Amino acid sequence: MSAYFLQQLLNGLMLGSLYALIAIGFSMIYGIVRLINFAHGDLLMVGAFTTLGLAATGLVPWWAIAFLVLITGALSGIAIERVAIRPMRGAPQVTGFIATLAVSVVIENGGLILLSGQPRTFLFPEIMRSRVTVGPASVAAVDLVIIGSTLLLCVLLLLFVRGTRLGRAMRALADNLLAARLMGIDVDRTIMAAFAIGSAFAAFAGLLWGGRFGQIDPLIGFAPGLKAFVACVIGGVGSIGGAVLGGYLLGLAEVMFVGMLPPVYSGYRDAFVFATLILVLLLMPNGLLGRPEEDRA
Amino acid sequence: MSTLPFLPGPRAALLVVAAVAVVAFADLHLSAYAVTLLSLVLLNVALAVSLQLTNGLTGLFSLGHPAFMTVGGYVAAILTYPVRRKGFMMPDLPGWLATAQWDLIPATLAGATVAALLAVIVGVAVLRLKGHYLAVATLGLIVIVRVVINNLDGYTRGGLGLSGVPRLTGPWEVLIFTLLTVGLVWRIKHASLGRAMMAMRENELAARCMGIDAFALKLLAFVLGAFLAGAAGALTVHLVSVITPGAYGIPLAFSLVVMVVVGGSGSITGAALAAVAISLLAEFARPLEEGLELYGLSQVLVALGLILVLRLRPTGLFGSREPAAFRPVRVPGVGR
Amino acid sequence: MLTLAELEVRRGATRVLRGIDLEVRRGEIVALIGANGAGKTTTLHAISGLLPVQAGRILLDSEEGEPLRLDRMPATEVVARGVIQCPEGRQLFAGLTVLENLLLGAYRRSDREEVKRDLARMAELFPVLGERRGQNAGSLSGGEQMMLAIARALMARPRLLLLDEPSLGLAPQMVDRIFETILALNREGVTMLLVEQNALAALEIAHRAYVLETGRIVRSGPGSALLDDPRVRAAYLGLGT
Repeated sequence: MSAYFLQQLLNGLMLGSLYALIAIGFSMIYGIVRLINFAHGDLLMVGAFTTLGLAATGLVPWWAIAFLVLITGALSGIAIERVAIRPMRGAPQVTGFIATLAVSVVIENGGLILLSGQPRTFLFPEIMRSRVTVGPASVAAVDLVIIGSTLLLCVLLLLFVRGTRLGRAMRALADNLLAARLMGIDVDRTIMAAFAIGSAFAAFAGLLWGGRFGQIDPLIGFAPGLKAFVACVIGGVGSIGGAVLGGYLLGLAEVMFVGMLPPVYSGYRDAFVFATLILVLLLMPNGLLGRPEEDRA
Repeated sequence: MSTLPFLPGPRAALLVVAAVAVVAFADLHLSAYAVTLLSLVLLNVALAVSLQLTNGLTGLFSLGHPAFMTVGGYVAAILTYPVRRKGFMMPDLPGWLATAQWDLIPATLAGATVAALLAVIVGVAVLRLKGHYLAVATLGLIVIVRVVINNLDGYTRGGLGLSGVPRLTGPWEVLIFTLLTVGLVWRIKHASLGRAMMAMRENELAARCMGIDAFALKLLAFVLGAFLAGAAGALTVHLVSVITPGAYGIPLAFSLVVMVVVGGSGSITGAALAAVAISLLAEFARPLEEGLELYGLSQVLVALGLILVLRLRPTGLFGSREPAAFRPVRVPGVGR
Repeated sequence: MLTLAELEVRRGATRVLRGIDLEVRRGEIVALIGANGAGKTTTLHAISGLLPVQAGRILLDSEEGEPLRLDRMPATEVVARGVIQCPEGRQLFAGLTVLENLLLGAYRRSDREEVKRDLARMAELFPVLGERRGQNAGSLSGGEQMMLAIARALMARPRLLLLDEPSLGLAPQMVDRIFETILALNREGVTMLLVEQNALAALEIAHRAYVLETGRIVRSGPGSALLDDPRVRAAYLGLGT
């Protein structure tokens, strides 16, 4: 394996990890409430600015920042669900979608008002920025941290949804709402938990995103959020495994697209991602791991 | 007794006369700023009403209007651009385009047609799927269009945008376009085509059981909406004389959706009124935002207002209806 | 054990139940029969707390003495009180395994050891479920799915089991097996309210039965008596007088 190829592979895995972290939340939430949460990408911004704020104090150790970012993301997700999604339950699907669109506008423009549109810099500690040699290639330590922490979170999530009572309730709710209610599952609480977990992941992706790319602004979440949705569609909306798979495939494809083609085309990167979306929708609307969509009673 | 669907009620006719009078008055007595503002408000009315066709009547959820406006705007601008400056501004244009300098109307039609063709491609891919896929795909389309125009800088000057587009659009052109758009959507809504669209919005399965070709109907609504949006984009560019790749983006998509939802999905009157109100609100909030340095305030207010409307009056101000005064006249003895 | 008193339920603008009275005593199988749209499923959904009750009461005997008002409880509480529904069309978690379906049946229980024992019991009662515990529920045959639906309900240790159309869509031998199972469970002490289109089979095993017509109870009595009732025979059993 050439050093160049390995380098590209690691870049793709890094980007794919970030997409996967965001896509997981999209899919969990879609699976349960059958709704695309438009404001989901903005939680990346919330996570990034929470990190910036906490790091700027210089008092909070990084492990505590990571923990607090997860908590902030979870609370933001719960707030979104309460304000914009729970009241719309029972309304046509489009109503809920528009409501989350409105929430996204509030978060982004609220961010512009409170934080100004000026990009800000934040840096991970020195050790994260050092270079590490992997075989013939050399990568920033932060890339390995991103890949490693994503895999860790995925494994924890897998254990949670497979092995715990609440995780099982979430899957049951996504599978059959009526039956879930008949089992005595508390629907509101379970939906809230799904929002909390999915949103915490997205906020954590914001921490990683900011640290990796160094600059953040209030609109930073939009494009990654939309791309993570593309990842969901590739993997099959509603499937957590599909979201992870789609995230990595999209990250790798995007990096390969930029890395393998002549530089003239690299400006078309985002167009490539969304063209992929339209192509996937055309050819395999259920994605790789998704189940055919049937309406729930 | 039957109704003539395309004849507006007498009060709607009055409204048309009033609109003509307002434009005439503005054209003769008001400042250039006021005339441009009035034209932009009218264009927003046309955009909201054309989105009403796609989203309101047919129940699709497209966010693609800004993409179609951008495409229509750029195509038309390239066609009308003064030939002597084309070589400098757009060096990569093929010969026949480099020497062409069209009039406003053919250029607008060309822009609208290209936008409609783009809608066909996207529509065929996405309209068979559930509603929200269209929303995300059209959002992706906004990004694709922006990126492509940014990168085709030999044709479009890329991120710099095209300035110095001839000011060919006046308030009268805008008024005629807006009246045509409203009239067309009105006529569709009150004909069997519109009833088929609304039937599909309410219950697609039932509509299909009645022999309605759901896919063809959705595609028609989507493509027609894109055509009108492309034309609106072309007219706007020749009104403000400049276009950039990001000029019509996601904030505009959101504003248009708000106009449709707040006005009431399917209500032409509602969308038109909401378009006027929200355009003026944004315009008057601008000095406030600049004074207080609170950019984005009007968007936040509009979004919060939308959430309130969705919670308190989910069908919008007018539901799917038109006010009684504007309903079609009943003409005794005409028809069956 | 369960008493419905002048129960009224609407769905949208329609009054589906127009004041029904019904009683299930401990140890009984009570059948509720009626045509499509008479309100049978609505009755069960109202008991389970899935539909709001407009008027009347749903009372459940409790150990503490005072009967409980189920009509004021959310679904989660009703399940916690041991009133368990096995719904029409089985409503399994098709994408989850057999074992997970059974565990979800015991969702409101915290006695882990007992749950384990009940899992073993289900495997004894329905050997096929034991063999297929790792398989997705959606991959089972119709009859196996019905057994799983019953087993899942039993995992909740029901004081009162609400069975909605257990024979629906099953092959005739399967229907016999399901009804045998229902009888066997009843002999072990499970009280049941059974909703059925297959009125003949239901009346044969029921201690008592009610006939529901457009939201009202029009007949009631011991199962055998209704089997002999000429009107019931004509309308629901397809038998002449």
